[in-house]
Amino acid sequence: MSADPKTLFDKLWEAHEVVPETQAAPALLYIDLHLIHEVTSPQAFTELQTRGLPVRRPDLTFATLDHSTPTTPRAPGSKPIYANPAAQNQVERLEENCRRNGIRLAGWDSDDRGIVHVIGPELGLTQPGMTIVCGDSHTATHGAFGALAFGIGTTEVGHVLATQSLLQRKPKTMRVHVDGELRAGVGAKDLILAIIAELGAGGAAGHVIEYAGPGVEALSMEERMTVCNMSIEAGARAGIIAPDQTTFDWIEGRKYAPKGAAFEAARRRWSQLKTDPGATFDAEVRIDASAIAPMVTWGDSPDMAAPVDASAPQPGEGEAAEALAYMGFKPGEALLGEKIDAVFVGSCTNARLSDLREAAAVMAGRHVKVGVRMLVVPGSQAVKRAAEAEGLDAIFTTAGAEWREPGCSMCIAMNGDSGKPGELVVSTSNRNFAGRQGKGVRTVLASPATAAASAVAGAIADPRRILEASHAQ
Amino acid sequence: MPSEPITKIRSNAFTLREPNIDTDQIIPARFLTTTERGALADACFRDWRFDDDGQPNGHPLNARDPETARILIAGDNFGCGSSREHAPWALKDFGFDAVITSRAADIFKSNALKNGLVVCEVDEASHAALLDRAGEPVEVNVIDQTVTYGNNQASFKLEPFARTCLIEGVDPMGYILGQSAAIARFEKGRAA
Repeated sequence: MSADPKTLFDKLWEAHEVVPETQAAPALLYIDLHLIHEVTSPQAFTELQTRGLPVRRPDLTFATLDHSTPTTPRAPGSKPIYANPAAQNQVERLEENCRRNGIRLAGWDSDDRGIVHVIGPELGLTQPGMTIVCGDSHTATHGAFGALAFGIGTTEVGHVLATQSLLQRKPKTMRVHVDGELRAGVGAKDLILAIIAELGAGGAAGHVIEYAGPGVEALSMEERMTVCNMSIEAGARAGIIAPDQTTFDWIEGRKYAPKGAAFEAARRRWSQLKTDPGATFDAEVRIDASAIAPMVTWGDSPDMAAPVDASAPQPGEGEAAEALAYMGFKPGEALLGEKIDAVFVGSCTNARLSDLREAAAVMAGRHVKVGVRMLVVPGSQAVKRAAEAEGLDAIFTTAGAEWREPGCSMCIAMNGDSGKPGELVVSTSNRNFAGRQGKGVRTVLASPATAAASAVAGAIADPRRILEASHAQ
Repeated sequence: MPSEPITKIRSNAFTLREPNIDTDQIIPARFLTTTERGALADACFRDWRFDDDGQPNGHPLNARDPETARILIAGDNFGCGSSREHAPWALKDFGFDAVITSRAADIFKSNALKNGLVVCEVDEASHAALLDRAGEPVEVNVIDQTVTYGNNQASFKLEPFARTCLIEGVDPMGYILGQSAAIARFEKGRAA
């Protein structure tokens, strides 16, 4: 045991302190990678321009187009058709800001374009030991690589553009220790929904969560990203997982990852990034992965989640009763079999190749229920190419689903993709807030497998039943 | 840029009791395509205030007097969800100067304080009492970090630097730029 055992978070924090915090002022933290997109950056660039400030480190800044962009299929070379002129203006503003400031942009013509939290890791921009920020609350996704990654507001985007630094108070730490392994038909999305249900929507406020234990070590990188992605839904500042061989294997060979001897040196450095034995956390939570079933949400907050084969709760009154009323679910009624209108497979939570494979495994040889609309939106151009190369697009389109261009799509519903008032949507995204997927739309969060099974059934369905039937054949 | 110092806010309470009011409620995503600031009053709580046919409904937010009811008393875990700074911008544009709650989400709180929207997290008993005081006068004192209502007083604690910025009008960007030498040293130390 080392003399002064430290958590992984402590190590990441201390390595980036430009100025340590005092009673009077927060620490000044250096930022290694600043990811930007069209929605939360324009006012920040305006601020720099007004003050006559340059972007300090365009080389540590990377931009993509994802939130306001349409996902409608597009012939090569043809122009995107935006939901409205404001969306187009916002995208063009980012293109202009990147041009003027020498910032790399994965734009419309780039093979690298995609959802910011999908492309960062995919391109090898995201690396262990880094501090990573973005004007987006799902930035914690990158914590899956052992990076300290968190969402910031637009004023802070301006601070990072101008100074590559950020004023931050040191958060508290929480360890979520996951024992056991996930059962067949149960995925990382179910695990994180179960964790959020346990912690509550604000239960991890002020904390950075480290996910640890055998149940986490057994996860693939894509699964780890799904887990870290939704840390904010428990109120956490960030979520991190110590890097290991799974991490190093995933990064090696990626576009912006170190190569050759530099990679070996980096790997040795990254291997030190773990919590020391004996280090203490401000809070500890234990979860048994083997006890988790496929999860779905029954209310309008991500912590309102239950096993898919459970019944809706029977609250007397108050928040839970209002949430059930919004969802149109009756207290005590089975969630299985609730009729749905649409299914969305996509978002920074679940739009990676493994997610599409998971949905396709359920869809293969089956059809989307008549009257149900299903959108499958790959997380990036790279995911789209890889999925098409193995024929996943054909499985989805043959089943009657729509195969779209990459983007945030129906997760945020500000780009032309949304549900209609009153519709019930099973969605692999991260938020079931009232109106999140369009005014009056009711959202059920679920894994790609559960979403696909529900598309086939035309109702909330248990993917284990379909998967068992497939194996039996 | 330095801003106007904020030391005291006196106004009437406006209450929204619901817990977990997320930033998608405060401003729905379809209003986030703006590239400007200062014009989000109409978007604030839009889907609470307007019916599907686009007509304003009977929600109390539509009957509120923006001149006299500038202090929002809101349910627990206010501002959870998306990091959009458009949420505090919209609340300010709509005419709120302070939010009093039992707990505010981290990013929302940080964003709000950078925009002169004072976020006061008070104890649960005071919170419950304040939620029952719609329309009554409340005073938020940023220097003393107190909320006064009737004959009662509750305390709250701001992050000390954010408080200094509010009461002295300090510009955080200017403060960080003042540390440029330390930033350059840090960069040099890593490159070595």
